[in-house]
Amino acid sequence: MYAQLVDTGTSKLRSLADMSPEERAFQQRIDADVKVEAKDWMPDAYRRTLVRQIQQHAHSEIVGMLPEGNWITRAPTLKRKAILMAKVQDEGGHGLYLYAAAETLGVSRDQLIDDLHAGRVKYSSIFNYPTLTWADVGAIGWLVDGAAIMNQIPLCRCSYGPYARAMVRICKEESFHQRQGYDIMLALCNGTTEQKALAQDALNRWWWPSLMMFGPPDADSVHSAQSAQWKIKLLSNDELRQRFVDQTVPQADHLGITMPDADLKWDAERGHYDFGAIDWSEFQNVLKGNGPCNRERLAARVKAWDDGAWVREAAVAHAAKRAKDRGDRHVH
Amino acid sequence: MADAVPPVAMTGDDALLDYLLRLGDSDVVLAQRLGEWVGHGPVLEEDIALTNVGLDLLGQGRMWLTYAGEVEARSCGRGRSEDQLAFLRDGGAYRNLQLVELPNGDFAATMVRQFYFDHMHLSLLRALTGSADARVAEIAAKAVKEVAYHVERSDDWVIRLGDGTSESHMRMQQAVDRLWPYTGEMFAVDAIESALIETGIAADASALREPWLAAIDAVLAEATLTPPTGEWMQGAHGRGGKQGIHTEHLGHLLAELQFLQRAYPGAQW
Repeated sequence: MYAQLVDTGTSKLRSLADMSPEERAFQQRIDADVKVEAKDWMPDAYRRTLVRQIQQHAHSEIVGMLPEGNWITRAPTLKRKAILMAKVQDEGGHGLYLYAAAETLGVSRDQLIDDLHAGRVKYSSIFNYPTLTWADVGAIGWLVDGAAIMNQIPLCRCSYGPYARAMVRICKEESFHQRQGYDIMLALCNGTTEQKALAQDALNRWWWPSLMMFGPPDADSVHSAQSAQWKIKLLSNDELRQRFVDQTVPQADHLGITMPDADLKWDAERGHYDFGAIDWSEFQNVLKGNGPCNRERLAARVKAWDDGAWVREAAVAHAAKRAKDRGDRHVH
Repeated sequence: MADAVPPVAMTGDDALLDYLLRLGDSDVVLAQRLGEWVGHGPVLEEDIALTNVGLDLLGQGRMWLTYAGEVEARSCGRGRSEDQLAFLRDGGAYRNLQLVELPNGDFAATMVRQFYFDHMHLSLLRALTGSADARVAEIAAKAVKEVAYHVERSDDWVIRLGDGTSESHMRMQQAVDRLWPYTGEMFAVDAIESALIETGIAADASALREPWLAAIDAVLAEATLTPPTGEWMQGAHGRGGKQGIHTEHLGHLLAELQFLQRAYPGAQW
């Protein structure tokens, strides 16, 4: 899940009694788990919120290609190179499905890309961290894709049909991505002392930012209640974060590396791991644009887009010429 | 440069090893170049498609290099793995064409490089499906299906960009002209290839030039681009990439490709 702090444009939940007849019928269908489809009537706020959420997710896939793409030319074996290229390519594919899902809501891909480039819409905070070593590619697959799956599996059941269906495809591929990340970590942890140190260092740097991916604590998550009522968010940030910690700690144990959290311990009474306080000021700062790579990531996207302008223009011009040729032939 | 010019009278498995490196290295080096585009393509669909071509080439390169290692084992008792071959040889021991090691440049240069290479690659692989060496024939048969698609895609882009806007036309004409001198090497046959052509293992690359020219010219014409006429060809006189003589660019490419294996010798990944 790469959407954080999605603005729903509403300040408080309304009961069925406060809704217009159309809204009430809409909410009742959602409550009955009937999927909303592109041509169905929907409240403007629902539409706007979904566009924001899906587009944040799509942009995250595309920007997310950059930190891992950074290691394609330096992958340590030909097989690892092939797997990484295929993985980053999948992310491009996810971006495509998601832009297409957003387009069913009446926006164009170009508009959405423009929003990204102008800084009007965010992508996940996690991609503003650098990939400094090969182990970071492993850590991203293991932790970042792991966190993403945790968030995305419930979205396969979300109320908006085109988004839910895109999510089903995406989740299948993400679980492969997570396995390849863990496999990289496993090879490093079973390798030389230096390799294991790379793995530990990557975990140290990626652990807390991965926990931040789930968004602010429930108490501070102002838009969650509305998104939950609309069933475009099915589990709370804190619930998902706890699930992720519970799933991931034993995996780190298996690797023989340690989470950088002195307060992490099993709480037998709760049946969950307790973990230390997250530095939310870091999260807020990254969202504001002050993460280590915010400027570089956006600049790389803008450059690719601007450098490609002549290619896109030429493709359009050529298609127009061909269409004209066909038209001329019909006239004769 | 060490290993730069192989002995002229190489025969048997030594010659086959060298030939397999020529095939595999060009694939791996071009895949490496295409890998640089990932995340930076002009449009998302093209980003994905370029990666696809890169992945195909990487897969083919791995098959050639793996077989090269087996031939090496057969001939001298100890063969290198695909990774030892890719990551632990210096530039002078690389046998790829100079064309594929040239930097990506803009999308026009990338596509023209691909266009020149793909057309040769397809006819070479088609010829190799009839190789007297069963493994060579088998690998070529697998690769030929993928490369047929590469040709279609490259032709399509050359035509769209050549006959697109005035800017795209200008960029394409420049790329067509600038890369032209690197095409001659693809069809140059040296003593090593001659020996293998005689035994029916290698394809006679010199025989592929005329059909290649005809195919290229037809596409360039449709793209409203002018076919280059320059006769001077880089590396085509027995002193090219296939003999281990490269441009300045290969060293940098290998420095990046080989970094981890060099920095952590002997580690398993």
